[in-house]
Amino acid sequence: MKRTTLPLHAIAWIVGAFILIPIVYALIGGFKDTSQLSTNPFGLPSPWQTGNYTEVLAAGSFWRQMWNSTFIAVLTTVVTVSLSAMAAFVFARFAFRGRELLFTLFTAGLMFPFAVAILPIFVMLRTLGLIDNAWGVILVQSAFGLPLTIIILRGFFRSIPGEIEEAATLDGCSSFAFFWRILLPMARPAMATVSVLAIVGSWNNFMLPLVVFSDESSWTLPLGIQQFQGQYSSDTSRILAYLVLAMVPALGFYAVAERHLIGGLTAGATKG
Amino acid sequence: MTTITRKPEAGRLPAHARPTRGKRRSWVTIALFVLPALVLFLLLVVAPILVAVYASGFKWNGFGGLPTDFIGFDNFTRLFASDIFLTDMWHLLVLVLLCLVIQLPLALGIAMLLNQRIRGRAIYRLVFFAPYVLSEVITGVLFSLILSPTSGLANGILGLVGLESEFLANQDTALMSLFIVMTWKYFGFHMMIYLAGRQNIPNELLEAARIDGATGWEVFRHVTLPLLGPTIRISVFLSVIYTVQLFDLVWILTEGGPAHSTETLAVTMFDLGFGRSQVGYASAISVVMFALSLVFALGYQRFVMRRDMEGATTAMGDTR
Repeated sequence: MKRTTLPLHAIAWIVGAFILIPIVYALIGGFKDTSQLSTNPFGLPSPWQTGNYTEVLAAGSFWRQMWNSTFIAVLTTVVTVSLSAMAAFVFARFAFRGRELLFTLFTAGLMFPFAVAILPIFVMLRTLGLIDNAWGVILVQSAFGLPLTIIILRGFFRSIPGEIEEAATLDGCSSFAFFWRILLPMARPAMATVSVLAIVGSWNNFMLPLVVFSDESSWTLPLGIQQFQGQYSSDTSRILAYLVLAMVPALGFYAVAERHLIGGLTAGATKG
Repeated sequence: MTTITRKPEAGRLPAHARPTRGKRRSWVTIALFVLPALVLFLLLVVAPILVAVYASGFKWNGFGGLPTDFIGFDNFTRLFASDIFLTDMWHLLVLVLLCLVIQLPLALGIAMLLNQRIRGRAIYRLVFFAPYVLSEVITGVLFSLILSPTSGLANGILGLVGLESEFLANQDTALMSLFIVMTWKYFGFHMMIYLAGRQNIPNELLEAARIDGATGWEVFRHVTLPLLGPTIRISVFLSVIYTVQLFDLVWILTEGGPAHSTETLAVTMFDLGFGRSQVGYASAISVVMFALSLVFALGYQRFVMRRDMEGATTAMGDTR
């Protein structure tokens, strides 16, 4: 079985180029000015201009959007994961009438396209005065994050042997203490996985912030990028610099949390 | 979808309410633990969808409490007769078919390739999946620059061989260009699912086939592919559900243009609802999206994924 792997490498290289060229183009393009970009689209910049990057970094708006995105992502994750963990605990370890019905209701949420609900949600948030309020985005994102999170956590909670719970109960542990002191610490890997999914989902969300935030000071990064493109539409290299800087947190997070992200997505896909 | 997870583990039901404790006590615990999630879910997921269904029967601009001007099915008759709606449905069909014929087979092929022992496959995997992590907005803005007919990188490269295109600016090529961007962003995701599914196939089965004299292709066709069935069916399912509600990427790249040539149901809904305050009419589109997802999901589970729920996916359900 000594086959050459050269053709396989060739295919992998072509696909890799298709994926990487746009990203590398953005990275290098950010170091050119726009006239360089049109006269010399492929080559390295000469001279290297750092102005595009430094100007974006010096502007307060970029950092404010970064902060808004982070704030919303963290709180969305806290709300989604804590509510889901509580519900999943009950779905996994209590037997009661109507449990499967209730669980099915949550899982059915996976099939509801978010776009279907956006108009009523907007009207509702406006009525409640949550327009331009981060909580409007946080609560809605959390609600839509519940189904997948509950499914994954329930599966994990079920895999923890019943004997542990029996032993804890015999030692006088209440349900709540068991949940808090034993189950959650044991479920740390699953909690990490669902947290990563929630963070990425929130970080990249566009449609909801688009309708909720009209005031520039509450914009998240995706809104900022879209607006920046509109504002500097002729200054391509400056937009590229903004894009690259906006990619850094996402790609950095991916590098750190790759295992959890992929584990969660494939688990979600195969379970969902 | 539910049953997939439930079936494999149905055998060992977890410890139920402790017999030593009063029944009432455990009901209180159950309520305390489930209610927060349930309330949030009912209020922000279920209720809005019901409101959308309700509002689709009214002429309503979205203001002044609940709608009052009831017009029955008029929104739907108007919608079904509108050219834009029919175009949206056509785009949905085309994009789904393109995914099935190009994107998913590509992802499957690459997954099989990366399953081989080739050097650097961990890096390939990391790179191919990376676009999935970038937001649709980043992807959209990046490609709107790259595919720009006058100054974009794509024409810079294709121009060398005389194959320039107007991409998103021309209504004949716009939809295909959109599909290419979708593929850039999503094939890595499907590839990952296939890789996970492939790793759950015991190697003994493949070896046995090889010992029986099957060629590489025969092993793939008659052993690997059937065993990947459940995984493939789920990835098809996710593709369709995603395409039904496709919005972000289109909104950034083209806002549905030129001349509606990339418009999707969600874009039309957004434009009518937020752009023109025809909330009742836009809700009719929401209801169509909802019905499409629901009918597809139920039908798909009933007829296509049914086999998968009868234990065939046990190994998959227990991954992780």
